[in-house]
Amino acid sequence: MKIPQQPMPEQDPNERRSNINEVALGYTEEQARIEAMRCLDCKNAPCIEGCPVQIDIRSFVKQIADGKFTEALDTIKQTSLLPAVCGRVCPQETQCQETCTLGKVMKDPMKAVSIGRLERYVADRCAEQSESPKVAEDTGKKVAIVGSGPGGLVAAADCRRAGHKVTVFEAFHKPGGVLMYGIPEFRLPKELVAKEIETLKQMDVEIMCNFIIGKTRSISQLMNEDGYDAMFLAVGAGLPRFMNIPGENLIGVYSANEYLTRANLMNAYKFGSESDTPIIRGGKVAVIGGGNVAMDAARTALRLGAESVKLIYRRTEKEMPARIEEIHHAKEEGVEVNILKSPIEYKGDEEGWVKSMVCQSFELGEPDDSGRRRPVPIEGSEEEFEIDTVIVAIGNKANPLLRRATPELEYNKWGNINIGENCETNLPGVYAGGDAALGAATVILAMGHGRTAAKAINDYLAEKS
Amino acid sequence: MAHRIVDKEKLSENVYRMEIEAKYVAEAREPGQFVLIAYDNDRSERIPLTIADVDLDKGTITVIFQAVGKSTIEFASLNVGDSFDAVAGPLGNPTDIEKYGKVVCVGGGIGNAPLYPIVKALKQAGNEVISILGARNKELLILEEQFKEISDEIITVTDDGSYGRKALVTEPLGELCSKGEIDLCVAIGPAIMMKFCCQTTKKYDIPTIVSLNSIMVDGTGMCGGCRVEVGGETKFTCVDGPEFDGHKVDFDQLIKRLGSYKKYEQQAAAEHNCKLEGKL
Ligand SMILES: Cc1cc2nc3c(=O)[nH]c(=O)nc-3n(C[C@H](O)[C@H](O)[C@H](O)COP(=O)(O)OP(=O)(O)OC[C@H]3O[C@@H](n4cnc5c(N)ncnc54)[C@H](O)[C@@H]3O)c2cc1C
Ligand SMILES: Cc1cc2nc3c(=O)[nH]c(=O)nc-3n(C[C@H](O)[C@H](O)[C@H](O)COP(=O)(O)OP(=O)(O)OC[C@H]3O[C@@H](n4cnc5c(N)ncnc54)[C@H](O)[C@@H]3O)c2cc1C
Ligand code: SF4
Ligand code: SF4
Ligand code: FES
Repeated sequence: MKIPQQPMPEQDPNERRSNINEVALGYTEEQARIEAMRCLDCKNAPCIEGCPVQIDIRSFVKQIADGKFTEALDTIKQTSLLPAVCGRVCPQETQCQETCTLGKVMKDPMKAVSIGRLERYVADRCAEQSESPKVAEDTGKKVAIVGSGPGGLVAAADCRRAGHKVTVFEAFHKPGGVLMYGIPEFRLPKELVAKEIETLKQMDVEIMCNFIIGKTRSISQLMNEDGYDAMFLAVGAGLPRFMNIPGENLIGVYSANEYLTRANLMNAYKFGSESDTPIIRGGKVAVIGGGNVAMDAARTALRLGAESVKLIYRRTEKEMPARIEEIHHAKEEGVEVNILKSPIEYKGDEEGWVKSMVCQSFELGEPDDSGRRRPVPIEGSEEEFEIDTVIVAIGNKANPLLRRATPELEYNKWGNINIGENCETNLPGVYAGGDAALGAATVILAMGHGRTAAKAINDYLAEKS
Repeated sequence: MAHRIVDKEKLSENVYRMEIEAKYVAEAREPGQFVLIAYDNDRSERIPLTIADVDLDKGTITVIFQAVGKSTIEFASLNVGDSFDAVAGPLGNPTDIEKYGKVVCVGGGIGNAPLYPIVKALKQAGNEVISILGARNKELLILEEQFKEISDEIITVTDDGSYGRKALVTEPLGELCSKGEIDLCVAIGPAIMMKFCCQTTKKYDIPTIVSLNSIMVDGTGMCGGCRVEVGGETKFTCVDGPEFDGHKVDFDQLIKRLGSYKKYEQQAAAEHNCKLEGKL
């Protein structure tokens, strides 16, 4: 018997484009169990290999099919600390679902067992039941975690569980990293992130916000004067890239980081009543890029009242790094996807406001180093669009702040922190991971690093005593 | 962490000095650096203010600010004993303090506040310092006494002649430059003032440092909102500055970018004032 894939219930596109509530509503119990029954219970379970932290997917899916939801969550929690987050934001089609046998049979990873949706289902369902992890007896050792994104949060929990005193240092005024300031509410409710942070606090993890390592205190001060025995650097990727084309510094041209931070972290969508941080709203918006960040920015612009949102991408939809689901959602909500185009100039008015953009068209040529076909500009294809706001979402470079403050730390040629197999750096007791080491990566990879580093730190501290 | 206000003083019509508890910031700070400060983490904007002074024994920093809009007006309404939710820093690169020789330091309006610690450090490094302090009128001229203590010579000017010489700061600056002995100029004040100071010193090829006051969000290089063109390259004020070679800064662009949110700010300030009036 063939069981059909269970669709994810979603808010209606016309309604959701004007609210910030979560788009995907989550499975019902019945849907979850039916979906879980699609699993073929493969002997070698190739899905597990596809998950960066190797969750025992086959077992938890089976437990869901059997209606044993609490057990399913326990299975997941053996390896992943934040299933409610990963179930929502993991690019499953290139991870666990890419290697799933059912997906292979159906010739489409989107048609594989909906592993992420199932993970989310149990996490949400059992949210109230899960208690904060047990903490071992005090070891008298101190661990500093720098950055409170997914990498830092996971490492903090794991080091604290081993009985070390843990302090998380965060530059912003709220912990959570990209989960708070980048990924919008309609994809990842902030309440979920806040809850995870509450759990850490219950475990007596100290969180110091508005504390910038490299500025407020340095790495060597923490290690040599403040008595920290080990440290995990998970400071993220930081510095936004621009294209260096004329007019890019006109008013109304934002980096996606700034646009999303104003909207999410600083609550600019509530400007006036509940927030003092403004953001340029409405009008004609262009978003440059084709990744998750570009999709988030485009969909956020719609919710801030944009008249129209054009997404401008240099290659075709097939090459877009964004998740298929995100592209689909963006289009449903009314984002116009313009492929094979790229801006070459922005023009402004007297007062310095961006008014139009000149775009050039491209065609695809030979594959480049990344294996994707290289876009080649078409001569004489320039066209001009009227525009009020531009959001540049073409990736990040390594943030220079910690690097300048810590010349003794080794970096690779991309400016990311150089790490070994166990996330160790060249400095004794100092570990690093997540986007700070990988460049822009994913939530689950950052968490995986958090786990690896915490284990290495715990081993290192056990040896040291 | 709450940061308590331990002292507050009104320096002029709408300029205030506040001493705030921020132990780590005080310890780490060097002249030229700033903090991002917010009253309420849930709602407030993070406002960049230069650290004018520190007291290591008390673990406090001093900021001097002008109440110009929603957030700074709110700061001005706070009193000793109230607390800020966030005082993050010290951010930005410290001033390059060296022995240059004869240095002329120009402060305009509220710019005197960020200028003060730099003058103090330059003096300590053995430089001869001439300070030119300017303001629209007598009432708005701040920190004159403090500058007197640390400057070899002081020249005060006001736009309306209500105090000191009736002139713009560029006049005495031009005169000093033309005499030839100036090794360095430091100019801090409204963007338009810095622009004209740089035009003045450029004629005499006198290296000029300015400190820019771009609009900021995070102050750590993450958002790019503070970007400005320097020597044809885009720089981030918070991590590459706030001080730059004034002869290379595109001031017109800076001035325009400072106006980004005028419309919204006016709305916020108006609503805020309505609320305040309602309470009175
Ligand atoms: C808009 C957007 C959408 C995304 N969507 C997805 C998605 O759908 N799926 C997915 O898997 N991934 C997604 N990603 C990528 C993912 O969010 C990141 O890979 C992940 O958050 C990296 O985690 P991290 O712990 O390394 O660092 P971050 O989450 O970047 O956190 C780093 C933290 O460190 C703090 N910090 C920086 N410097 C210092 C310092 N010197 N001192 C103290 N604190 C400091 C920062 O303020 C920040 O809070 C998205 C990213 C963005 C921006
Ligand atoms: C590195 C740095 C150091 C600074 N140091 C000081 C200081 O020591 N003392 C001080 O009073 N101010 C300082 N400023 C400027 C201060 O941050 C702004 O005055 C403040 O952000 C205004 O916020 P607001 O909400 O009160 O006013 P808003 O409502 O945001 O603005 C009100 C008016 O002020 C103008 N304005 C907005 N932002 C700025 C800005 N960044 N600079 C100048 N004008 C602006 C607007 O155009 C508007 O007309 C500094 C800025 C930077 C970047
Ligand atoms: S953590 Fe991500 S990759 Fe791993 S099973 Fe869950 S959804 Fe798949
Ligand atoms: S690969 Fe797919 S079908 Fe096979 S066990 Fe894993 S989830 Fe089930
Ligand atoms: S304030 Fe965000 S990069 Fe400078």
